[in-house]
Amino acid sequence: MRVALLVTCINDAMYPDTGKAVVTLLRRLGVEVDFPTAQTCCAQPMVNTGYLDEAVPVVRTFVDAFAGYDAIVTPSGSCAGSARHQHSIVARRSGDPGLVAAVAETGPRTYELSEFLVDVLGVTDVGAYFPHRVTYHPTCHSLRMLGVGDRPRQLLEKVRGLTLVDLPQAEECCGFGGTFAVKNADTSVAMGSDKARHVRETGAEMVAAGDNSCLMHIGGLLSRERSGVRTVHLAEILAATEDTESRSGGPAVGARAGDLA
Amino acid sequence: MTSARDEILAKVRAALEGVEPAGPLPAPPIVHPVDDLVGRFAERVEDYRAVVTRCSADEVAATVAAVLAGGSAVVPAGLGLDVPGAVVDPSTGPGHRVGLSAADLDGIDAVVTAARVGIAETGTIVLDHAEDQGRRAISLVPDLHVCIVRADQVVADVPDAVALLDPQRPLTWISGPSATSDIELDRVEGVHGPRTLHVVLVDDEAVDLP
Amino acid sequence: MTGTFVGMPAFPEAARAALGDTQLRHNLAHATKTIRDKRARVVAEVEDWEELRIAGAAVKEAALRDLATHLEQLEASLVAGGATVHWARDAAEACEIVAQVARSHGVDEVVKVKSMATQEIGLNEVLEAEGIAAWETDLAELIVQLGDDLPSHILVPAIHRNRAEIREIFRRRMADVGRPAPDDLTDEPAVLAAAARAHLREKFLRAKVGVSGANFAVAETGTLVVVESEGNGRMCLTLPEVLVSVVGIEKVVPTWRDLDPLLRLLPRSSTGERMNPYTSTWTGVTPGDGPQEVHVVLLDNGRTNALADDVGRQALRCIRCSACLNVCPVYERVGGHAYGSVYPGPIGAILNPLLNGVSDEQTASLPYASSLCGACFEVCPVLIDIPSVLVDLRAQVVDSHRGDTVPKPEAAAMKAAAWTFSDSRRLGWAETASGLAGRVLGRFGRTTLPGGRRAAGRLPGPASAWTSARDLPAPPAESFRAWWKRTDGGRR
Repeated sequence: MRVALLVTCINDAMYPDTGKAVVTLLRRLGVEVDFPTAQTCCAQPMVNTGYLDEAVPVVRTFVDAFAGYDAIVTPSGSCAGSARHQHSIVARRSGDPGLVAAVAETGPRTYELSEFLVDVLGVTDVGAYFPHRVTYHPTCHSLRMLGVGDRPRQLLEKVRGLTLVDLPQAEECCGFGGTFAVKNADTSVAMGSDKARHVRETGAEMVAAGDNSCLMHIGGLLSRERSGVRTVHLAEILAATEDTESRSGGPAVGARAGDLA
Repeated sequence: MTSARDEILAKVRAALEGVEPAGPLPAPPIVHPVDDLVGRFAERVEDYRAVVTRCSADEVAATVAAVLAGGSAVVPAGLGLDVPGAVVDPSTGPGHRVGLSAADLDGIDAVVTAARVGIAETGTIVLDHAEDQGRRAISLVPDLHVCIVRADQVVADVPDAVALLDPQRPLTWISGPSATSDIELDRVEGVHGPRTLHVVLVDDEAVDLP
Repeated sequence: MTGTFVGMPAFPEAARAALGDTQLRHNLAHATKTIRDKRARVVAEVEDWEELRIAGAAVKEAALRDLATHLEQLEASLVAGGATVHWARDAAEACEIVAQVARSHGVDEVVKVKSMATQEIGLNEVLEAEGIAAWETDLAELIVQLGDDLPSHILVPAIHRNRAEIREIFRRRMADVGRPAPDDLTDEPAVLAAAARAHLREKFLRAKVGVSGANFAVAETGTLVVVESEGNGRMCLTLPEVLVSVVGIEKVVPTWRDLDPLLRLLPRSSTGERMNPYTSTWTGVTPGDGPQEVHVVLLDNGRTNALADDVGRQALRCIRCSACLNVCPVYERVGGHAYGSVYPGPIGAILNPLLNGVSDEQTASLPYASSLCGACFEVCPVLIDIPSVLVDLRAQVVDSHRGDTVPKPEAAAMKAAAWTFSDSRRLGWAETASGLAGRVLGRFGRTTLPGGRRAAGRLPGPASAWTSARDLPAPPAESFRAWWKRTDGGRR
């Protein structure tokens, strides 16, 4: 099986540790993952803002980069949803039958990380160790666009040392919403503040999710509120072991690059 | 100048140019059988804070009299039950004289009617305003509606009722007393329709009474 | 009498004002949570809810895909039943038809059942200008009308008001238009409802003309259906001598049996009940029972525009249950007025642009009034994929500006992003630049995220939209791409 990592533009530029965590995790599970360097972005920012013409060359870049892989794995429910459900819209817009055919190949092969682990690899215990009190926010596109269901929870429940605490009103949107976060900043912040409040109510040290975009928004509010609650991507929890935990004295969070280097 | 009718229909046709008509409809899900249909009906009617009294056929007159408790009442001409002291709303329809006015009805405490069908799943009574139920106004304006439903009129769910009912007749589907949730989504029973719905549920001989 | 949505600002601005109203946010949070929970309970009772949704969507879709045939059949059935059928291309035509009926009977008032179609066409204002008072008889509509207010919800137009505010409105205004509120009026919902009963009863008893909409219109039989709770609908449909019903052309369903899935779906989705208290159906004129003169106005008013939209057509399946409003996190926080239309919430964010086009700024802002979380699609009883329609409408908004001589900054930014994302080398350059910025921030920045990562606090310019309330992590010194290249994917 040829497996490609779709790291996503936001992880590439802002959260490289999440990408490294996926590599570490999959390698530990015996999957050698490739990083097609021609990849850029899934085009969701353009599509969801209405710029379909602008999305066409980006989707073209996507399908060129990922052609020929059996599985495309991504630590983002949102970007997986974009490839699976939106690329066909962009391809139709282009009027190019070649692109329509190409997205019909790449779309169905794109998996959000928890789907890939549970459905393709058939594992829920990935051998992780993460001795922290964590609450989990199921992001909207994972939940409702992809229907990942309780897969992330199944994975987290098998992590040694981890205490999973329920998040009140977990399934309500955090208010990120891509360009919604700036086009309707006031509403976005009102939604995010409620999410941050629910996170604080849990008493968890960290809030985890499968999308760093949502976590950037929730974490930005938690930080501004000086709550002391960190954000952590699901992949980084699943990649953690006794070894990494003792080396870092904590989870691999944010830009402390080098743990894997 | 084209008429509004022709223009709208032309726009509809233009809008659907090249759109395939829908194929055969999927069947709506079937109704799941319930063990105690009449019991379910009674329970669901009560959920709306309506009152349900179950009785046998020979107890109906006494039950109705007890519910009316001496207040004034109107009954449809074809009710088929003697309600002492009640005003009979004359038969309506072509060739019949006009019934009581709305103002007259507003001065009457209660109305007693039969029903066409009862729906167990939703606790709904449907009136088709036949002779034993009378025209729509009489079961609307008085504040207490006493509705006599026979156990053999109860069906399981909405599709059974839709199949039984004749759309050429005016129909009134009643699920509990008049209600509103318009203030803070807090449900309050009793606005413009009858504030009390009392269902007299007449069990068949064959049904074991609780 | 009631206010007007004309001149409302675009959504972000209107939302900002609404978000500042803490009482409003409290009222909305309480009310939407109550109704969400009720809906969830009664929907969970139905084992085959998903099949029911599919069946309901199929009925409406079948009606829409052959709409002309069904409309002609509806017209013929109505006429056969003794009704007079009128067609109205737009709001003005529809209002004039209703006014003409009222004038022909010499009345100076009509009683109204709550109806989205008559609100959409602004009927009350037109009648008022003709000297005809249109009395709203639904409790929430009465609250809105007496308060010179605007509706903010499809099902519960006064959802933004709490009991204390309603008591005040009744005390202040009822006496101006009829029977005054009792002196001992409290803010108990039951007491307020009783005051409305007493106030409106005299109007019901004397009204000669009733005005309604319809939830469904059955083509095969000519039957109209009104679904309601309070009995005000029954009053208006039964007691007047004349009844005028304004019905959008999308309300048609092919057959009587087609009502089955819809009557099972609507109450549970809408009020969160197994069945609503009252549903009335009537087929033209019934001799000796109810209005003896029955008019039906079939209304287009933009519906044929929506019908022509291949993606948006599904919005015409809407049965106005308002479940999408109640679950929408945006609606819950900003309320209905911010949408600037009688159709607020997720369905309003698609319906208004579909009916009216995206040429004015306010309507064009509506497809963006969503985080695309998908909660609306999940609850829709007729499976309207609202997020997909929103995205498609956003593209229509963008496309309508492609000819602008001066492109918006957003358009320029998207073009630049597309250029960067079309070639991984360009993205690599951009990441190198952002990494440098990150290093600078890492050295000089004063904000630190929990966990130790450097961050940007409040920034000026366009970035302030993010950073006015949210810290922004500093870009890492090395992108994933650069790391992969440097370490051969972590192998070195």
